[in-house]
Amino acid sequence: MDILDYAFMQRALLAAVLVGITAPAVGIYLVQRRQALMGDGIGHVAMTGVGLGFLLSWSPVWMATLVSVVGAVMMELIRWYGRTRGDIALAMLFYGGMAGGVMFINLAPGGSNANLTSYLFGSLSTVSESDVTAICLLAAFVVLVTLGLRRQLFAVSQDEEFARVTGLPVRALNLLTAVTAAVTVTVAMRVVGLLLVSALMVVPVAAAQQLSRSFAATFAIAVAIGVSVTIGGTVTSYYQDVPPGATIVLLTIGAFIALTALATPLNRRRARAMAQATGDPVECAIPATRDSSGKIGV
Amino acid sequence: MKADQPGEPVISLRGVTAELGSRPVLRGIDLTVHHGEVVALLGANGSGKSTAVRTVIGQVPVTRGEIELFGTPRRRFSDWGRVGYVPQRTTAAGGVPATVTEVVSSGRLSRARFGILRKADREAVHQVLELVGMADHAKQSVDALSGGQHQRVLIARALASQPDLLIMDEPMAGVDHASQEMLAETLREQVGQGASVLLVLHELGPLEPLINRAVVLRDGCVAHDGPPPPAVGQHALPGHDHVHPHAAHGAEPVRTGLLS
Repeated sequence: MDILDYAFMQRALLAAVLVGITAPAVGIYLVQRRQALMGDGIGHVAMTGVGLGFLLSWSPVWMATLVSVVGAVMMELIRWYGRTRGDIALAMLFYGGMAGGVMFINLAPGGSNANLTSYLFGSLSTVSESDVTAICLLAAFVVLVTLGLRRQLFAVSQDEEFARVTGLPVRALNLLTAVTAAVTVTVAMRVVGLLLVSALMVVPVAAAQQLSRSFAATFAIAVAIGVSVTIGGTVTSYYQDVPPGATIVLLTIGAFIALTALATPLNRRRARAMAQATGDPVECAIPATRDSSGKIGV
Repeated sequence: MKADQPGEPVISLRGVTAELGSRPVLRGIDLTVHHGEVVALLGANGSGKSTAVRTVIGQVPVTRGEIELFGTPRRRFSDWGRVGYVPQRTTAAGGVPATVTEVVSSGRLSRARFGILRKADREAVHQVLELVGMADHAKQSVDALSGGQHQRVLIARALASQPDLLIMDEPMAGVDHASQEMLAETLREQVGQGASVLLVLHELGPLEPLINRAVVLRDGCVAHDGPPPPAVGQHALPGHDHVHPHAAHGAEPVRTGLLS
């Protein structure tokens, strides 16, 4: 494999694999909470961090982490308190973040929107030694939280009201989810870019759902899809002259379409097996309440 | 049927007021559930009965008044394994598939240290699934269940921690007849074992023989606290109407869907 002879490709592949693991691992909780677009929002806020990093000559990755964590916590606070027009407040946070990024980077000496492009759409081949260190540390944090606290996060994301009665620190866990999502965005920033981050958080989970019935299986399949597409996209971009970020996202959507096509006959067979096991006839068992996929309208 | 039994109060609300947005929903209610008692909280849509229950579990902040659980102020109460909660079914739907076992297991978290489920916890989960007749569906996705089956799952989740107090918000709403009978039977067993119950109900229905006392709310105030009204007379309850209970969430904020 000559592809691994190059140090920049080793770094790129490592970063890609870590993103493939972390993005769906956090994304599944966001999807479960029906906050699928939160990653996108954080991505916009992170742009201000990148701009500030250039302006202050600090590492854009760490600066983006800091700013997007602050942004994610603000979104969570808006969710608690700003109930009436929360969507408007969030919109301002998103676009303020984006405008702030463009502003700061143009104020930076010698900075222009061109610098921003590599963060917006990813720049896998220019991932540096220090970027890799940062990505490894941040990814370790994300894996620790999403796996170590999976039962707690599952309970809070499934039914916040019930989770409160189990004595879980609901607010702390919500904040932790937001912070972890923010960290993931900055992990993925160099690989797929801020504008495409959310795709890797959401689409593998959506694709996995086509096959799975349990949360655990959805988690495992989503991470497997995430790792496959990030490696696939990186390798493709090495042999063909295509942008890795876009390739990865298109591959993810391809996986979603393929699994959806596969799921229809699979679900039908499953429904038949279930009907045989429970002794219900497949058709006309409970008229009008059951549709063809076996789902029951509530 | 037991009459009001003197005993330590397991739930005690004194002069509780609460607001949703800036609209007052509770205007100073007193509500006590004694040990071993089954209390029904009745009232029309918007009378504040769900809000009252939500103040007890801490989901809705209290603006004035005191709430105690098992004699401890709610803020300092930490023994949540003693409380089993069944929310309105509409609140419990995630965007990712989950099996019946996975959902019911989260009810065991209050007894599990650091969220690690041991063998005894898994057995407890299996037992409550047997209890509500859902053990055959343990590996099925909750999305594929009927309304009645889903409600049984939520009750199993509440029972998973073997609670002394059950709080249920409209447990009979949208539940088929067979499941209603099953729920009434499960509840009877729990009460027989000494559990106390606070139920939000739209009408007494099949649970009527179990209920010791009814508290009727009207416009955020207690309008009646005493023996449950006779079955034939329930339509004469103050403010009773026949609107479906799920419309009662007019006070809830509009969810944007983006970051609801």
